[in-house]
Amino acid sequence: MNGPLTKFLLNHPSVLAFLSALALFTVFVTIGSEAFGYGFVSTSFVKTLGKTLCFCLIAIAMDLVWGYCGILSLGHFAFFGLGGYMIGMWLMYERTRLIVVEATQNAQIPMTNQEIQDAIGTQIFGVVGGSEFPAIWIFSHSLWIQLALVVLVPGLLALVFGWLAFRSRVTGVYLSILTQAMTLALALYLFQNDSGLRGNNGLSGLQNLPNLEETPQSVISMWFFWASALALGLGYLIVKLIVESKLGNVIRGIRDDEARVRFLGYNVEIYKLFVFTLTAVIAAIAGALYYPQAGIINPAEIAPIASIYLAVWVAIGGRGRLYGAVIGAAVVSLLSSWFTGGQAPDISLGFYTVKWVDWWLVLLGISFVAVTLYAPKGIGGLFDKFSKGDNQ
Amino acid sequence: MSGALLEVNGISVSFDGFKAINNLSFNINTGELRAIIGPNGAGKTTFMDIITGKTRPDLGDVIWGDENVSLIRKSESDIARMGIGRKFQKPTVFEDQSVADNLTMALKNKRGPWSVLLYKSNTSDQAKVNQIAADIGLSDHLDIRAGDLSHGQKQWLEIGMLLAQEPRLLLVDEPAAGMTVDERNHTVALLREAAKTRAVVVVEHDMEFIRNLDCKVTVLHEGSVLAEGNLDHVVKDQNVIDVYLGR
Repeated sequence: MNGPLTKFLLNHPSVLAFLSALALFTVFVTIGSEAFGYGFVSTSFVKTLGKTLCFCLIAIAMDLVWGYCGILSLGHFAFFGLGGYMIGMWLMYERTRLIVVEATQNAQIPMTNQEIQDAIGTQIFGVVGGSEFPAIWIFSHSLWIQLALVVLVPGLLALVFGWLAFRSRVTGVYLSILTQAMTLALALYLFQNDSGLRGNNGLSGLQNLPNLEETPQSVISMWFFWASALALGLGYLIVKLIVESKLGNVIRGIRDDEARVRFLGYNVEIYKLFVFTLTAVIAAIAGALYYPQAGIINPAEIAPIASIYLAVWVAIGGRGRLYGAVIGAAVVSLLSSWFTGGQAPDISLGFYTVKWVDWWLVLLGISFVAVTLYAPKGIGGLFDKFSKGDNQ
Repeated sequence: MSGALLEVNGISVSFDGFKAINNLSFNINTGELRAIIGPNGAGKTTFMDIITGKTRPDLGDVIWGDENVSLIRKSESDIARMGIGRKFQKPTVFEDQSVADNLTMALKNKRGPWSVLLYKSNTSDQAKVNQIAADIGLSDHLDIRAGDLSHGQKQWLEIGMLLAQEPRLLLVDEPAAGMTVDERNHTVALLREAAKTRAVVVVEHDMEFIRNLDCKVTVLHEGSVLAEGNLDHVVKDQNVIDVYLGR
């Protein structure tokens, strides 16, 4: 049954190596977890690792759209954030509803449905001075519809944005600026209190799963860790299948010489739209897995800088080789949380103390410049000789 | 009726007031081999841009094929799929991909993303690729990165990619530029062979190359046809001598 897939894996040992490494890592973290193992990996660190896997997944999407198709999108965190918002709406609605229902259980006069709705509304929207449910919350009671919206809303945004941009043949740096504008506009819109998503408060308490109050966070964090690892493995496999297909050749052709591909009879705009939308959907799924682990999402998450970091991860990791994107995202984001989390020891120079919280960005900037100048293939380029013929 | 394959009717185009093409008309017949010559700025490349949909003319029309379709409002990829292949002056092949991948991408197959994503190589396509590789002398180079080919080999690969598209009309821009004498002779043979089954239009500066092609010649000057006929005829034309050969 898995004939073609087995053959594919044998022909591309890097995929097999990656999936094995990911599986080993998952087993290792599970053995170390507080919930299922010896407890040398703390629950908060499990969450950090799970979130890192989500970053690796969006980095793969970024590598497909930028490294393979040559579209430097600086807006993919908008899709990541939207995915988070979509799942967050259900998590917040359902959990608030359970709390409201429980609180009114002992009331002498049973509450009407309308009263329950109003109470939930007040709970959720009180912080922005409202109690009415905005129209966009109409499906928030249904997990399945919100899960579908995780894919549909960012996918549709990418489709419309991409159609307008590619049809007008906007390319290169102009397209990058346009994607920055898109994510900025979305962030600014969501910052407003009447956007319907609680303005700058965002959605919170997302780490608490409805009906699972009894389940400790140590267990829930492992579920999300496994789900993130599974999504990353699947995402890697699917994207690898795409880039190794003839479509992979066409999009590499688009990256290297768009006009030539057109004169071969390929409709370049359709291909770009396909890749842009597909990667937006992957980013959205990564976001939907990320935010329940982070616990909170607010509009600052989709500020333009987030998408620029994404490009930096992929550049440092190495473009056009998927494992490079994974390495870049994992290394840079983990280092970033180590340096900015106050764990890195400050360096005292006597006359001046280097505080890493402040200086991390400088270090990152220098590394980025160094990689661009001296190792344009990134960290992943170091592995190229092991996967000869497997990649370009 | 197999009349004109391509009819260019009174096209004009100007860029910032400069008339690159001025009321240009001429026909290419099915299976014809035609050379176009003219000094720099005569509008040779612009003319190709118009036919292939890269540039829209201000006036006039381009009529294609048996159904007499106008090409003026079509996109580059539509025109390519309708059967017009173009080779650029500078060899443009996909340098990061193998010779076989370059040819496979050009093969006349469905061009939609889904069909391309699900495309599986088959023996008939492989046979076509092998045949084309043999024609262009790259049989031993199928697995080599196109970027590692010599300049002449890249030119042939690009011609091979054009043949793989199975176009009815081939537009070839300066195929002999930067080639050695042997490579030129091979290129002439390739083009003459190609012209047996389809129309080929060659834009070229090199007189010797055109003489070897042994075909009808159109001389362009300032965006219009100055003279037309066989090479010996046009080189004796006083207008041609004045504007082109005499310099």
